[in-house]
Amino acid sequence: YINIYSGHTNNWAVLVCTSRFWFNYRHVANTLSVYRSVKRLGIPDSHIVLMLADDMACNHRNPKPATVFSHKNMELNVYGDDVEVDYRGYEVTVENFLRILTGRLPPSTPRSKRLLSDDRSNILIYLTGHGGNGFLKFQDSEEISNVELADAFEQMWQKRRYNELLFIIDTCQGASMYERFYSPNLMALASSQVGEDSLSHQPDLAIGVHLMDRYTFYLLEFLEDIHPASKTNMNDLFKVCPKSQCVSTPGHRTDLFLRDPGSVLITDFFGSVRKVELTMETINLTDPIEQLESGELQKEMHTYADQLPVSEIIHQKPKQKDWHPPDGFILGLWTLILLVFFQTYGVKHLKHIF
Amino acid sequence: PNIQQGRQRCIYGEVSPTEAGGGSDSPAPKPAASPPSVPRPKDDFQEELVIRPLHSGDIYTSFQFRTLWETDFTRENKVSHYRLFPKSLGQVISKFSVRELHISFTQGYWRTMQWGQPYLPSPPGAELWVWFQDSLTDVDGTWKELTNVLSGIFCASLNFIDSTNTVQPSASFKPLGIGNVTDHQIVCTENLTPWKKLLPCGSKAGLAVLLKSEKLFHSSFHSQAVHIRPVCKDDQCKTTSWELRQTLNVVFDLHNSGQGKNEWSLFKMFSRTLTEACPVASSSKIYIDITDNSQGEQFELSPATPLLSQAVVLGDRRTFSVYDLTQQITFGTMRSLNLLIRGKSSDMLRPLLHAERYVAGYGLQTGEIHTLMYNNHPYRSFPVLLLDSVPWYLRLYIHTLTVTSKGKDNKPSYIHYQPSKDRVRPHLLEMLVQLPPNSVTEVTLQFERALLKWTEYTPDPNHGFYVGSSVISSLVPSIVAMDTNNSRERPLFSSFFPSKEESSYFVRVYTEPLLVNLPTPDFSMPYNVICLTCTVVAVGYGSLYNLLTRSFQIEEPSPGLAKRIANIIRKMRGVPPL
Repeated sequence: YINIYSGHTNNWAVLVCTSRFWFNYRHVANTLSVYRSVKRLGIPDSHIVLMLADDMACNHRNPKPATVFSHKNMELNVYGDDVEVDYRGYEVTVENFLRILTGRLPPSTPRSKRLLSDDRSNILIYLTGHGGNGFLKFQDSEEISNVELADAFEQMWQKRRYNELLFIIDTCQGASMYERFYSPNLMALASSQVGEDSLSHQPDLAIGVHLMDRYTFYLLEFLEDIHPASKTNMNDLFKVCPKSQCVSTPGHRTDLFLRDPGSVLITDFFGSVRKVELTMETINLTDPIEQLESGELQKEMHTYADQLPVSEIIHQKPKQKDWHPPDGFILGLWTLILLVFFQTYGVKHLKHIF
Repeated sequence: PNIQQGRQRCIYGEVSPTEAGGGSDSPAPKPAASPPSVPRPKDDFQEELVIRPLHSGDIYTSFQFRTLWETDFTRENKVSHYRLFPKSLGQVISKFSVRELHISFTQGYWRTMQWGQPYLPSPPGAELWVWFQDSLTDVDGTWKELTNVLSGIFCASLNFIDSTNTVQPSASFKPLGIGNVTDHQIVCTENLTPWKKLLPCGSKAGLAVLLKSEKLFHSSFHSQAVHIRPVCKDDQCKTTSWELRQTLNVVFDLHNSGQGKNEWSLFKMFSRTLTEACPVASSSKIYIDITDNSQGEQFELSPATPLLSQAVVLGDRRTFSVYDLTQQITFGTMRSLNLLIRGKSSDMLRPLLHAERYVAGYGLQTGEIHTLMYNNHPYRSFPVLLLDSVPWYLRLYIHTLTVTSKGKDNKPSYIHYQPSKDRVRPHLLEMLVQLPPNSVTEVTLQFERALLKWTEYTPDPNHGFYVGSSVISSLVPSIVAMDTNNSRERPLFSSFFPSKEESSYFVRVYTEPLLVNLPTPDFSMPYNVICLTCTVVAVGYGSLYNLLTRSFQIEEPSPGLAKRIANIIRKMRGVPPL
């Protein structure tokens, strides 16, 4: 029995850019271009967790504010007009990323910052930044190792937080990050093998930095041809960016995945499953419930507060601070003073004092 | 309304927009089957845009969207039917027992000397002030949850607000509440997108179609804010209704957006024109400030409009040309409105109150904060309340506080100082100072910089640490009598701060935020120390261990090659070896 249908009911995406500073513009552009494709193919903002470690669009060095371009000559603005970034700036840390994946977030975290997936969710995880053999650097101050990432995915599997998971990484030596995976139903793609660097695509002279990385540039070109009903499968995704275009060798890993990659549609991960039921019947709504007006209570007069009541302020009495018992230091100090005193002058003087 | 053939009919399409909020009974019956009695709409939405050409050639536009709703969030049976008021904010108010909430996101600094006073002041970065109901007991816990929820709604990093940068002022900001003054924030489209989604018409109809992020952020000053508060419904003020104001202030630069020409139009500023008012708005107007242009000699407006209006705002009586978007005639034959303003505005009056702040000193150990407050009135003096909230890692020496005006010491009539506690709360300093006429008052305060623990540094510590703006609140004498009747219908921009007396009006000025460098350790040192120590241990201890525990044995040197071959031949012959 070969399962060719994935059986998922909802789609989630976690898109992370881990680099800070203006010269890492291309990493933010990478993440935003995947965000744009994923939104275009149907995944709503409430199911996307977007983490950008720095703000490039409204950065003071950006000659065209509120834009992030992916093609030189400013052809395509991947930032757009309708973007919701869930984790920005200093919030993009290894701890927050692992907490999102495993679901262990503090209770006051809002919904837009959580990954509320269940065991029928297909999740797309995209990471980009600077990396090395077995680690990925977060914001120039900490790293995540491939062992931690593999353990996080195993926790997700044990807690039934995903049905199938697609992991894409665009960093130097990216293939090392998926070497240690051991949970089922994981498929991984990387932009370069161990020992190779992922290269950037092209600079724009007006903006002054490189705009995109090669792998994600060709990935974006590939995704622009996909529409919500297309039947392209994963084998075409593996062919994106061969060595002639990318200079590095992209790699992929499918041994943990239960289905055959040829039967997995791109839209299983990049698009969204929508359950729409069409009906032709007329539905009659009942009358709205009338709120019973409670009897006119004797309401007090309200007034607007005086914004700067000078006389009140001047004559304000200082607030009485609560009395706290003296803490250990003061007690210890006084005990020491008394001990020294009585040692010096003898205990017989006690009766003269008290 | 019935759902027919899978199409949904909008509920508000059946209420005609000319019926002002809170007053109409059931609307005109439609021919299709309609419910017998429709509850009268108790909410009202108004939108307006004020455009003021500035004397430096820049142009100041201020959008205000106001939703009024007669409801009671504090009643036991929770409100569940939301119409114009956004549900996300309504749930926040009822869940956290909020009485008043003001949150603003600003990019850029308001230059008072060049642009005059803003209609709604806001500090650079993000600012959040909340007043809770008296019935709330756990204020700290609720404050933490509220900041997290708001950071989710507005896509902002408000979750960094905690007790280390929150203050409870005793005298500024009536009524009493807790607040956070200007956390440094970058404001971008991701903050504007959820803000636009709170409007009843979204960004699809009415004035909000002009809000395109590419043009809005390419400006000298951009500020968006949400204000929620209860207001009086009528003169007697026996009942209150909830008011939600969403404001957006932008100043477009003459050279950046205007290409150096003194000609502004809606299309040039926003890359859009207006085609209709928001269908659910009871009023939708554009006001252009033409006070300095009474004879039409400074600048001209096109298309011309006969409507004029006068309003007392910021202590002065100003004249405005009004375009009413609810009238079809405003859009003319082209069905679209593209206002054109050609020419410059004349010199403006010097603002009566403005302030500056900077850090003096050298090195990474000590420094001095100087705050300057200017009173430009020729003969009147007025009191100002200065609120300073300094983070704990700048240790203030309050005994060095000096307040001088015109070279002489000026003793404040009220000082409230709450010292900071390391990693728990910031310094809070409030002072009521009387500013003499036509003078500069200087407040100086020395401080020392603290060394943080190495995990408390941000990933880019060499950028520096921000100190929030000072807030200066004051009652400034006004040129004309202010209107103290607060419930009369007035344009929105003149009715934000209620006036209690006629001779002065309330003004709030924010200073610049400060950027202070703290002594930064070398973060590569832990790595260096570990490498060095491990090398020393391996080489030094390892050698010593080997010397002590190794035993030596004497070994015969191996013979040369010729001798070895000879020995083999001799062994074969049976003869003893050499």
